[in-house]
Amino acid sequence: MNVIYKPSEHDAAKLHVTGAARYVDDLPTVKGTLHLAFGLSDAARAKILSLDVDPVRRSPGVVDVILTGDLPGANDVSPSIKDEPLLAEGEVYYAGQPLFIVVAGSHHEARKAARRAKIEYEEFDPLVDYESAIEAESRFEEARVYQTGDAEAAVGAAAHRVEGEVEIGGQEHFYLEGQAALAIPQENGDMHVCVSSQHPTEVQHKVADSLGVPMNAVRVEVRRMGGGFGGKESQSNALAVACAVAARSTGSPCKMRYDRDDDMTITGKRHDFRIRYRAGFDADGKIQGVVFDQYTRCGWALDLSLAVADRAMLHADNAYYLPNAKINSHRLRTHMQSATAFRGFGGPQGMIGIETVMDHAARVLEMDPLEVRRRNYYAPAGSANLQKTPYRMTVEDCVIGEITDELVESSNYLERREEVRKWNAENPIIKRGIALTPVKFGISFTLTHLNQAGALVHVYQDGSIHLNHGGTEMGQGLFVKVAQVAADAFGQPLDTVKITATDTGKVPNTSATAASAGSDLNGMAVKCACDEITGRIKSMLAEMHQSSSDQVRFEGGKIVVGDESYGFKEAVHLAYVNRVSLSATGFYATPKLNWDRLMGRGRPFFYFAYGAAVTEVAIDTLTGENRILRADLLNDAGKSINPAIDLGQVEGGYVQGAGWLTTEELVWDDAGRLKTHAPSTYKIPACSDRPAVFNSALWSGGCNSESTICKSKAVGEPPLMLAISVLMAISDAVAACGNESSAYLPMDAPATPERVLKAVEKVRGREFDAA
Amino acid sequence: MTKIRFRVNGREVSVDNAEPAATLLDWLREDQGLTGTKEGCNEGDCGACTVMVSRNDNGSMVREAVNSCLYFLPQMDGKDVRTVEGLAEPGGRLHPVQDEMIANHGSQCGFCTPGIVMSLTAAHAVGDEDHDDVLAGNLCRCTGYAPIVRAAESAARKPIPDWMRNEPPPQPRRSGVETPRFLVARDLDEFADWFEKNPEATVIGGATDVGLWVTKKLREIEKACFAAQVPELAQIEVGNSFIEVGAAVPLEHLRKFMADRHPSLSELLRRFGSVQIRNSATLGGNIANASPIGDSPPAMIALGARLKLRKGSGTRTVPVEDFFIGFKRQDRLPGEFIEKILIPVQDDHLKCYKLSKRLDQDISSVCGCFNIAVDDGVVASARIAFGGMASIPKRSPGAEAALLGRRLAPESIADAQEALIRDFSPMRVNKATTRASTAYRVLAARNLLMKFYSEAEPGRRATHVLDVKL
Repeated sequence: MNVIYKPSEHDAAKLHVTGAARYVDDLPTVKGTLHLAFGLSDAARAKILSLDVDPVRRSPGVVDVILTGDLPGANDVSPSIKDEPLLAEGEVYYAGQPLFIVVAGSHHEARKAARRAKIEYEEFDPLVDYESAIEAESRFEEARVYQTGDAEAAVGAAAHRVEGEVEIGGQEHFYLEGQAALAIPQENGDMHVCVSSQHPTEVQHKVADSLGVPMNAVRVEVRRMGGGFGGKESQSNALAVACAVAARSTGSPCKMRYDRDDDMTITGKRHDFRIRYRAGFDADGKIQGVVFDQYTRCGWALDLSLAVADRAMLHADNAYYLPNAKINSHRLRTHMQSATAFRGFGGPQGMIGIETVMDHAARVLEMDPLEVRRRNYYAPAGSANLQKTPYRMTVEDCVIGEITDELVESSNYLERREEVRKWNAENPIIKRGIALTPVKFGISFTLTHLNQAGALVHVYQDGSIHLNHGGTEMGQGLFVKVAQVAADAFGQPLDTVKITATDTGKVPNTSATAASAGSDLNGMAVKCACDEITGRIKSMLAEMHQSSSDQVRFEGGKIVVGDESYGFKEAVHLAYVNRVSLSATGFYATPKLNWDRLMGRGRPFFYFAYGAAVTEVAIDTLTGENRILRADLLNDAGKSINPAIDLGQVEGGYVQGAGWLTTEELVWDDAGRLKTHAPSTYKIPACSDRPAVFNSALWSGGCNSESTICKSKAVGEPPLMLAISVLMAISDAVAACGNESSAYLPMDAPATPERVLKAVEKVRGREFDAA
Repeated sequence: MTKIRFRVNGREVSVDNAEPAATLLDWLREDQGLTGTKEGCNEGDCGACTVMVSRNDNGSMVREAVNSCLYFLPQMDGKDVRTVEGLAEPGGRLHPVQDEMIANHGSQCGFCTPGIVMSLTAAHAVGDEDHDDVLAGNLCRCTGYAPIVRAAESAARKPIPDWMRNEPPPQPRRSGVETPRFLVARDLDEFADWFEKNPEATVIGGATDVGLWVTKKLREIEKACFAAQVPELAQIEVGNSFIEVGAAVPLEHLRKFMADRHPSLSELLRRFGSVQIRNSATLGGNIANASPIGDSPPAMIALGARLKLRKGSGTRTVPVEDFFIGFKRQDRLPGEFIEKILIPVQDDHLKCYKLSKRLDQDISSVCGCFNIAVDDGVVASARIAFGGMASIPKRSPGAEAALLGRRLAPESIADAQEALIRDFSPMRVNKATTRASTAYRVLAARNLLMKFYSEAEPGRRATHVLDVKL
């Protein structure tokens, strides 16, 4: 009865398709439940001279208006350094910052009332663009530098040098379920919170501080999210705290959900980056040295920006050995939404820097970009000369060469490159481009102490199994994968395992479900708990049969001791009547980690996940419109616990990444107001935007060389970075519009029709100026 | 009669004195506890709120996917709505679309899933297998759509469930519903008369634009008259000189009607919006809201269409281009409404180009429509109109004049390009426009003339990214 390595359906699939799956806003509430909305700042940088909420109070249905002075405890929802008040205190730092809480009888009444405050501001020029933030030295930290060798000297001495700058836009998460929370007051000042969050423990912590109670007075429950992608790692704190505070003051259950425009206006997004590079190559296309300057706009509060910017630095090498490298990171404080976690967490931006360098070098060296890439790959696993990353971690598990070879073959890359060349010679209006890019992504939280997880497993006397752990389900299939691990441990069918909501009352002190680490961490913790219980059953049976525990085996759904075998239910019942505990906790801490983030040295990652993609595109040189014609993806998920779920991450991650790099554009005006705050203006991929030919596969050679759960590899974030091939393919098509003497032009993202048309004009030596 | 009546998942309900702008979505979720239908964006872009609305079309059942977030309760009168909770057979057996979504791993977070299931079910019922188009109005952020399309392909091979095949269409309603706050008219004279007496009322066709006033601008709709159930306003008639399109004809109806007559217009209407939007949105509504970026006005101007306006029993006609006075301002008197759009019967020379960040379900940055007839190599007539280039949809008389009487050739096209830019100068586009800069609009508009010319050349090369098939 093998349940692991099987393509089981998502545990909630039937609930999804029948509308029975409950999200926070679907939970039945008692009569008298109140609804909340934030009143928002219209100014990006201002002193609040006066805030008149009387018109808000007079608005129909309003029960209460909560201002900073009314808060019973800490005014703080920051996940890091307490620099993010729930409600602004005197000054505002971005347009959309919450100023007050409206409590009303209905969601609509709360929304309407929230717009009725009379606010006087003394406005100052907000720092919005990179230049003004740099000029004002508006930073969260001194520039961080990770380096190895002497990069400046190596670049200077190299036979071929390339230099340039690429801009990479941010990205709105656009989880389909907007942020939502519900707080239900309990006796004795306790609070029960149901929230759409990737981080229940942090919500518990923030709610406790806001109420001035210890964490044991707050219970946070998360059954599922309608998408998270990093956007519910810290951004759900504000709603949960607001609900708890209002529930405390009114004594009624309080619910808050953001309208989509509010959601996009209030919450943080993916960090945008501007990356300058200088690199030197030898005549064979081997990189000799590279210097990166990574600038990122972190927004108004710190949130998780340091870790994001660190990860961008840690992926400045991607899959390439950089003998001499200097990576400078500039974390700019701007008057915008506080940029936050988003699938990839800085890694994708860091990789785009080096991928641009590879393309640029290929142009200068007149080599195929794929050849330049291959020549710079890290030495393969098992090689006698393993190489180190710029942060001195030895890359022991590199399989990118094998993956690339397989993908080149299966995608017909070489023939198609020739076809593209022929097409471009014959077609003046529509140009095509193709690119293969690799992914090497480090797995583990770089804040080392977060790499821990807990689980709670009960076996009831009828043999049914109750599973709980600290991971949250946001659609990624974590729950079913971990349930497969549990079912396997007991040798039972998957449907005997009851999956239950994440609950801080069951498993405490959990980390966010993030960093792709959900299955690795929680799978291991659950296995540990299950092993504890099976161990007790084994001891009991061993004692009954005067045998030893290692002679008792869970096999084919039975428990075998010598010649005798017991059904699982039978054994469980025996354990119960023999007063053996059938409940256990499990705990796991990732081994081998050792990281100094200030020095940029050590082993931040347990292992690397690999993958590669070939994308072919067409662009319209008259309008800049572009399409993905074909994508071939090959992703290393180790030994996949659930190939269907993992393949879903690969396909979905790629399309999400493709959206980021093509149609998804965030626009702020000079006053710092976000103009793209709804799907009417912010365009995530639609169905027809997926590649017309879409071949995705898990790499058949995958097997984690480290001892991870079932030898699998993390798969949540890495596939998003396969989409970097889209940007590089568009860049390739743009290059085809010029001639041999045209300079290389880095392709900025997102490659909207406007950016593509602009690039085409520039490559053709024409100006694209503001008329 | 102040009650609206309809069926919800087969159950008869009535609502007395409904709020005119209560959305179907809120009513389903908050009043009926049917929380399977989700709110994703509240503006008709994400499709999480998709439900299937059925109506009786001359005795036969017509089922259509619509966005329940932009559908007002009075629009339901005399119809059926089916939600995701109402798709399984009484014994619990799932609809084939639901089965295949499970089997093909078509859901991840599951939040978009009810809407996707409803869109696919409505398409399955009529055998529509253009899945990209069926799903253009259903955003999924998790799956990348591939498994959903696989599910749709598998479901297409399975029959429609018996309960759907046997379900009778709703009983047609003959008379209107009138309350102090709204009228659901079923007679043109009744509608004209009521609106003349209540000129302060908001005329509502499909509510896909007025819906946004309510859900996003939080405006109150004090009084409303609903036009889409007036038979005369919802039909297309072909006369000798004009195709007469009722103002409340849904864009999906018009798209199908135009497929053979003006295929480029039909494709423009496909890209105008998702299936859900096209099933609700009306041609009259798209013109009457006078948006500078509505897609139908440039096409209508290029076709030389006229509007038949009515106030009480009096009517007048105006050319579409004269109807637009300024940004969102129109030549329409209080109590006056668009009754019909009169499109001259003509040979097809129309080419429409819509530029947007995303191909489907996006608002145009530039929309150019060229109605240019060439006789013996010489341009015999030319009507050129653009959206997105000015505060109103506008003709380009200069470009037309540059082409008239001349051969289509690089020289005449170059002259037309210069004239086009002069016609639209100075262009004023908000610096922080979300769609495209002035520089892009100007260059792209020029280039569209070049594209038009390239397409007219014999033995042409690919001129659109969709021309490339691997």
